[in-house]
Amino acid sequence: MYQITNEPIDPQAVLESVRSPMAGAIVLFLGVARQFTAGRETHALEYQCYPSMAGQKLAELEAEARRRWPLTAVTLVHRVGHLQIQDISVAVAVSAAHRQDAFQAGQWLIDTLKEVVPIWKQEHWADGTSEWVHPGINRPKE
Amino acid sequence: MNVRVQLFAAARQMVGQEAVVVNVPDGATVGVLRDALRRQYPQLSSILSASLIAVSCQYARDSMPLSSDSEVALIPPVSGG
Repeated sequence: MYQITNEPIDPQAVLESVRSPMAGAIVLFLGVARQFTAGRETHALEYQCYPSMAGQKLAELEAEARRRWPLTAVTLVHRVGHLQIQDISVAVAVSAAHRQDAFQAGQWLIDTLKEVVPIWKQEHWADGTSEWVHPGINRPKE
Repeated sequence: MNVRVQLFAAARQMVGQEAVVVNVPDGATVGVLRDALRRQYPQLSSILSASLIAVSCQYARDSMPLSSDSEVALIPPVSGG
């Protein structure tokens, strides 16, 4: 399942959503708003998305992960709107019978999400300036 | 025909609108639309060459033909996660 939300992400709820008697392994990844990037201080972040396409891409990611690995459950949640430092921006939870599949699928899901899902981050720097982050245009790809 | 193009992030900021309507010949391709966008909105030229164009919520090649009711969006490099 996937969700795009304006509300804070509850990691415990994400974890519970993939728990199952069939699964012996759960991997949970949380992306968190970071205070410093290359020495520059962030005050807050704003995330914007293209809702219909972002939802479709998240559904495609889950389907592709299930095709590649034998997974019990997948939950993808991305927050949009205004985030403070340490707020959770994204959660990826994967359960599987065995840990190798859960780890590999979890890594692939977050890496691919960051490449293809139409969501953008705006840095509100502590110095009062702000900028949209477009890897390859205004900042080296991380 | 007129094609409505949704804008996001820096592209939206550069134009000051959430979407623009671009006039292109009937049956024009994504590549033709890209050139028309660059001409009509020169402020987008820096971001256009690095951006993808999505049609019906899928990334489209420049050779893909468009129609006036296509759902089109300019997708600058994404930075979610």
